[in-house]
Amino acid sequence: MSEIILLRNREIENLRNYDVYVEHGGFEALKKTLQMDPEDVITEVKDSNLRGRGGAGFPTGVKWNFMPREDVTKYVAVNADESEPGTFKDREIMEENPYQLLEGSLICAYAVGAELVYIYIRGEYWEIAEILDESIERMRAEGLLGQDILGSGFSCDMHVHIGAGAYICGEETALLNSLEGKRGQPRIKPPFPAQSGLYSKPTVVNNVETLANVPWIMEHGADAFKAIGTEGGAGTKIFSVSGCVNKPGNYELPLGITFRELFEIAGGITDGNQVKGILPAGASAAILPATDEILDMPLDYESLKPYGTGLGSASVIVLDETVDMAWAASKMVQFFAHESCGQCTPCREGTYWLERLYERIDHGDLDPEDVERMDSVAAQMQGKCICALGEFAVNPVMATIKHFREDYDAAVAAAQGSGDIPVMPETTPAGD
Amino acid sequence: MALMTTRRADIEHHLAKYPDKRSAVMPLLYIAQEEYGHITQEAIAEIAEIIDVDVTHIRGLIGFYTMYHDKPKGRHLLYICTDLPCAVRGAEAFSEQIQEHLGIGHGDTTADGMFTLENVMCIGACHRAPVMQVDFRFNYNGANWEDLTFERAKQQIEDLREAQQTE
Repeated sequence: MSEIILLRNREIENLRNYDVYVEHGGFEALKKTLQMDPEDVITEVKDSNLRGRGGAGFPTGVKWNFMPREDVTKYVAVNADESEPGTFKDREIMEENPYQLLEGSLICAYAVGAELVYIYIRGEYWEIAEILDESIERMRAEGLLGQDILGSGFSCDMHVHIGAGAYICGEETALLNSLEGKRGQPRIKPPFPAQSGLYSKPTVVNNVETLANVPWIMEHGADAFKAIGTEGGAGTKIFSVSGCVNKPGNYELPLGITFRELFEIAGGITDGNQVKGILPAGASAAILPATDEILDMPLDYESLKPYGTGLGSASVIVLDETVDMAWAASKMVQFFAHESCGQCTPCREGTYWLERLYERIDHGDLDPEDVERMDSVAAQMQGKCICALGEFAVNPVMATIKHFREDYDAAVAAAQGSGDIPVMPETTPAGD
Repeated sequence: MALMTTRRADIEHHLAKYPDKRSAVMPLLYIAQEEYGHITQEAIAEIAEIIDVDVTHIRGLIGFYTMYHDKPKGRHLLYICTDLPCAVRGAEAFSEQIQEHLGIGHGDTTADGMFTLENVMCIGACHRAPVMQVDFRFNYNGANWEDLTFERAKQQIEDLREAQQTE
């Protein structure tokens, strides 16, 4: 059995209860950290090679190190806006092991000198926000938040901020705008949040899973963390596996595991079917064809780069041989069209036109030139937007056309009456 | 001022969380929605005054964030996720069955004003599809709304309807 750092709730009953958490070593890492020089805390996290678990995979300690050392107001923002189709990992941490996230967030605040932490959680996680609120209240009562925490001289408080149904708020600068009471639209970078973040003050924005690793690192040391996983990815990772597998769910595994091993752990492919395509990081990362080479590749933050995709949040959506990839792309296109914040014209208009083109498949009137049009619209969006959403929206289109062209050709043939009309589930129009 | 009369403590709790009161707009909009079922024009004006912004700014936010609504909806909001991971596990057919059962299309409200049904984007329960939320919750009326079958969902919807009618 491999090391479990995050989903300790699977082994310890009622870990979400404060007393149980403390009984199992909870807040020992915080106590140790509060005796250390903040600079050494940053160094420890940097040395651990912990990389951001939200999607971008940026080294966490390096991010903390960007924070200025001057005695100015600083903030920590915890990104709990998990909204990517296929992603449900942060949810389990917050529901079942909330104090580990809060402890990690507090250690981060101490390291960078922030006295206020905001947890930005998506609105659909209303019940989980209540769990966090109660946990924070308990920490205040225990003297773990507020003035002069455990006699260290360090003061810090935490608040939960509930979002309201906008995927884009998972982008760190959109999150900060939303927290300021504005529309969640991304800012142009630079300046990066470490220079000018929340209320124009230096801010660290980290994902839930990232911060939940921090107490373990402080307790066991950077070397112990690096001993798990690979060169391209230290530690364990929660793989959210969904789609065509028998046992979809969260699996915490060392980085370096392969898709083949992962699918076996997740109960195998539904109905004994063959896997056809793999989305390694939810809807946003380019789909991979399930070749032996891909299936047997050790997964970390570097290994998928040569294939034009990434491990990202490790939200693995499995699509088997029964899935029409043109239809799958249309679902993802609908998602991004709905979630485009409207700020950049190429993304706003491009996702609109892609959605219109994909509707033609469903209507049975896909023209042979439409596939080229899809590719062309996607190409005109690439590299032209403030944030990554525009890039994400392009991925399902270009990657499915590249790897599964036959599914588009079948739709064209069906429209021309020379083939069977593909069986398509009723598609959903974009919401409000 | 209505909200400040009925929900003063909650409003002040949220205002105290932020160094800039404009940040409290999102929790305040939720309070208005809880209080009136939707965000009324009066509530928009009141919130604008409390946090000292223009009403246009607040209307812009209501348009931007999908979980706020400024038109009346059913007493309960039913969400069904039909995104890709849920769709490959039958969520679209499931949604159609629910629509047929309720006698409404997605986005519509039942004639008795009890339910508004919406097909939504990912709600973070891909491993438990088909999945619903009632008023943004996975657990409601003593039941869990994940890993559903149509039969169980139908039963839970009727239980909820009954619970409200006997209230």
